[in-house]
Amino acid sequence: MAFVDGLRCRECGREYAADPIYTCEWCFGPLEVAYDYEAITKATSREKIAAGPASLWRYADLLPVERNAAVDLGTGFTPLVRADRLAAELGLGEVWVKNDTRNPTNSFKDRVVTIAMSKALEFGFKVLACASTGNLANSVAAHAAHAGLRSYVFVPSNLEQGKIVTTAVYGGNLVAIEGNYDDVNRLCAELAGMYPWAFVNVNMRPYYAEGSKTLAFETAEQLGWQAPDHVVVPAASGSLLTKVLKGFHELHQVGLLDGDADVRVSGAQALGCSPIATAYLDESDTIRPVKPDTIAKSLAIGNPADGYFALEAVRTTGGGFAAVSDGEIVEGMRLLARTEGIFAETAGGVTIATLQRLAAEGVVRADERVVVYITGHGLKTLDAVVSVAGPTATIKPTLDAFHEAFDIEEQ
Amino acid sequence: MAVTVRIPTQLRTLSGGASEVPIDGSTVAEVLKALDVTHPGFGERLFDDSGELRRFVNVFLAEEDIRFLQGVDTPVVDGQTLSIVPAVAGG
Repeated sequence: MAFVDGLRCRECGREYAADPIYTCEWCFGPLEVAYDYEAITKATSREKIAAGPASLWRYADLLPVERNAAVDLGTGFTPLVRADRLAAELGLGEVWVKNDTRNPTNSFKDRVVTIAMSKALEFGFKVLACASTGNLANSVAAHAAHAGLRSYVFVPSNLEQGKIVTTAVYGGNLVAIEGNYDDVNRLCAELAGMYPWAFVNVNMRPYYAEGSKTLAFETAEQLGWQAPDHVVVPAASGSLLTKVLKGFHELHQVGLLDGDADVRVSGAQALGCSPIATAYLDESDTIRPVKPDTIAKSLAIGNPADGYFALEAVRTTGGGFAAVSDGEIVEGMRLLARTEGIFAETAGGVTIATLQRLAAEGVVRADERVVVYITGHGLKTLDAVVSVAGPTATIKPTLDAFHEAFDIEEQ
Repeated sequence: MAVTVRIPTQLRTLSGGASEVPIDGSTVAEVLKALDVTHPGFGERLFDDSGELRRFVNVFLAEEDIRFLQGVDTPVVDGQTLSIVPAVAGG
């Protein structure tokens, strides 16, 4: 069963019933799921989790949905890969890559959508909808198809072809908006007030966002129920980063963790859309929205809804923030691919380039156990690397041609 | 000068259920203050104790975030639409 007490405003603490609502009526702050942690502590155990499915539903006790109501494509429990060659390249010690490209629609968004979708069915919604920078679009369209629900997916019209195709293929309505993500978002906030639809990141948001905690749950379990010393997380709205930290704290609170949840959290943004990183680096308490201009379109949110909480998470844990250029992003994608055999989308390039920058600055240290979150697959953003990744040689099908092109010394 | 203020679902208890309210004023601040006069209660919901717009309240004039304009000092023109929109999570 779900151990949900209700919803609580993160800003002012007002409490609400666990309904399909998402903002505090008083101050407009985001509502968050409040749990009965005492009951969870009694109900859950490492053994119970280990006996659960090899998906994020093994952590159902810490999620706001009934497990047997789940719309499940097999999301989660993705590999945590030891990245020694990447670590050596960056002068670091113990680095792990959480490879969340290995989800049903190849991004971490399946985690939030499987929760939102399941909750939407609990509430009795018949139509699923979202505003998306691409990855969420893929996931919502796929989950709606699986459950046989109608869907309306809203994206900026300048999205990568790969993300358009990998949404449209599932059927459902795909609406391309002439504007950026923030324009799409505003339209969806207004549409959500007009139609009885489950907008996964609008009226389902309190439940949706909880799915991201499972990245922390899995990381800890895969490290033998320990929290890492330092995590590097990409930031768009700031929700993922915030929820990863919450995930470690919750594990500690319900007694599943060895040791404390003393994790440093660092955030990664693209220079062309870095409202949270800018506030951090300027030591400002105000996040000023920006007009995004970056190849990391999945992180191109100029008005980050959870930016203030992400900023607070990084500051209170003593982490850092970086804003990296498009060139660094492409190099980050190539560095991860050539050292670890993991092909990340542009957002992963942002994360690796940020790890590189923070390592050089001494913020991420060689004596730390570090986990970086790779949240989407490189095949989704081929355009970013198409000019720098091609054949080593193009030759005629003859031995002579091969030997002309390659001077092979070793046998 | 009358602008149309679009009211989000969460605040429609203050507007008698209306999704749009016509309001006079020459700047965004004037319009929002006038809204609090015709429909008492909006002021304390939109502004914090120091008189600043609450940080999770987004205001758009003719589809543009007022933070890209001149904030609450942005002049408004007859016939424009001012939307009050809550922040939405990412995707």
